[in-house]
Amino acid sequence: MRDDDPRPADDDPRHADGDPRPVPGPEEAVPGPEEKEAAPAPRLPTSPGFWRSPVRGTWFTSVLGLVLLVGITVLFVTGLVSYAAYNPDLSPVNDQTPDKGLLGFYLFAWPTNPYWLYRFTQGLHVTLGVVLIPVLLAKLWSVVPRLFALPPARSLAHALERLSLLLLVGGGLFEFTTGVLNVQLDYVFPGSFYPLHFYGAWVFFAAFLAHAALKFPAAMRAVRRRREEPDALESPRPDALESSRPDALESPRPAPSTVSRRGALGFVGGASLLLLLTTAGQSIGGALRRTALLAPHGWADPGGGPNGFQINKTASYAGIDATETQEEAWRLVVVGRDGRTVRLSRSDLLQRPLHSSALPIACVEGWSTADQWWRGVRLRDLAALVGYDGDSPDAFVESLQRHGAFRHAALRANQVADPRSLLALYVNGEALSADHGYPARVIVPAAPGVLNTKWVARITFGDL
Amino acid sequence: MRRRPRRPRRLPPLGSPFELLLLACSFALAAYAGARLFADDWTAVALWLVGAALVHDLVLLPLYAAADRVLARGLDAAGRREWTMYVRVPAALSGLLLLVWFPLIGGTVDRRYRSATGLAADGFLTRWLLITAVLFGGSALLLWLRVRRARKLRPPAVH
Repeated sequence: MRDDDPRPADDDPRHADGDPRPVPGPEEAVPGPEEKEAAPAPRLPTSPGFWRSPVRGTWFTSVLGLVLLVGITVLFVTGLVSYAAYNPDLSPVNDQTPDKGLLGFYLFAWPTNPYWLYRFTQGLHVTLGVVLIPVLLAKLWSVVPRLFALPPARSLAHALERLSLLLLVGGGLFEFTTGVLNVQLDYVFPGSFYPLHFYGAWVFFAAFLAHAALKFPAAMRAVRRRREEPDALESPRPDALESSRPDALESPRPAPSTVSRRGALGFVGGASLLLLLTTAGQSIGGALRRTALLAPHGWADPGGGPNGFQINKTASYAGIDATETQEEAWRLVVVGRDGRTVRLSRSDLLQRPLHSSALPIACVEGWSTADQWWRGVRLRDLAALVGYDGDSPDAFVESLQRHGAFRHAALRANQVADPRSLLALYVNGEALSADHGYPARVIVPAAPGVLNTKWVARITFGDL
Repeated sequence: MRRRPRRPRRLPPLGSPFELLLLACSFALAAYAGARLFADDWTAVALWLVGAALVHDLVLLPLYAAADRVLARGLDAAGRREWTMYVRVPAALSGLLLLVWFPLIGGTVDRRYRSATGLAADGFLTRWLLITAVLFGGSALLLWLRVRRARKLRPPAVH
């Protein structure tokens, strides 16, 4: 991608012939006026002539910038949507960022329709994030000479803009890095993922908005101009001579070309395509999971049979003791209006009317399963058992799990009331496996995976 | 960058008022979120945030640029500059996959991954190596086809 060759162009005997893009001689005006025939090669990155790739230029940067403008906006919005999907304003147990203040201004009651909503928005968030990595890297590469440009600041506004770029670049890389590490369960970042990624996103987006507002007009101009003169793609701007402002991103002494700008852009697009093809399968599932060769929940399903679909946390990882889930030991405690309490064994639950729903598991990590066929007791029927007949309230669900951020989860009234929301006992025609939450687990349409509590021990109905 | 280069000389160079206002709004929002981001362990978070930019700009980018320079110079010296992309593309794609998935490929999260997901953790390195082999193999095949076509078009005497 880069030919930042510090040799003087004149060393190269080949560029006079055979090169599709000969380096201009001293009589041509593309290099800066300071560029003399015998001038020594610039040794410092602060010198524009140090950066020699002929690919760099305003058009190349603008195209990448516009792609990121759309892509990062989608990432930000789907990220906020995912935050809302947890219903953080319902209960402290759902909220990993209780001091969010105004940053939660937009929160709304997360719907249960369409039932694949979270699967879609979060699959999009994670897959698009991975796919944009080459675009982000190429964009940063294309503007790196500006990092070293002198003078450091020409005005107060320029100084502030450069400070803002630290938040933009640092914040952007922070967001991409924490996201990519989190989906691989590599929790090396300093603290809990949720607050880091959520507040980091706002810091990044603040700088992103300012950058987009400052650069968008110039980027649009550059793209439009190239569209009007498409032949200019392959060579330095022909109007560089006449123009009072030469292309600031173009190298004043470009090295011999090894790839056209269009080719370089195709290279970046190809890299994104490769990441897409090797990642998206983990969010589509079925036979396509095999195509997600390197994604954390790609390639294979755990085991086979009715319970052979993706697991977020296994029973052993969650510290579930098999003696607690045995038929004799396990009782579901349901608490309702005025403290009314019912204790039910698994066979008691099986006596109740059982219902089926086909719903996916969709994780915040972006992977999901195809629809599984769950069978169990409706949550609203359990609420009716303890005094909430016909007016489903919120629910507070507790797991046997002893540690982990989501051993407790709160469900909103609309989620409890949905007839597809179950306390599932069976999946795909067989009893739940230990890893999928035996003896009973919650499954709610469109809810993030961690709110579908496994190894349920207690459900408290009532307004939260 | 500066939209209005002309302004009274006596004033310090402030720059465009629009830019100043925009940046002030941006910093206000960033500070509001930043106060929460830095609330827990501000030194470590600041290290990550600034470190991410520094590691990228001063380590990762110079490294891959230097590798690319070695490649381009080497092929140039051999008179094969037009082969550059046939090495650069598979190398960069393979490197990119490693950059994104290094915890899984490198096996640093093997134990947690296996115990949390119930999936085998040892396939990632193999699959990455296979993808790398396919990328380089495909590139070599394309180059071979190109060279063969060029030979056919030119009479051997000229060569």
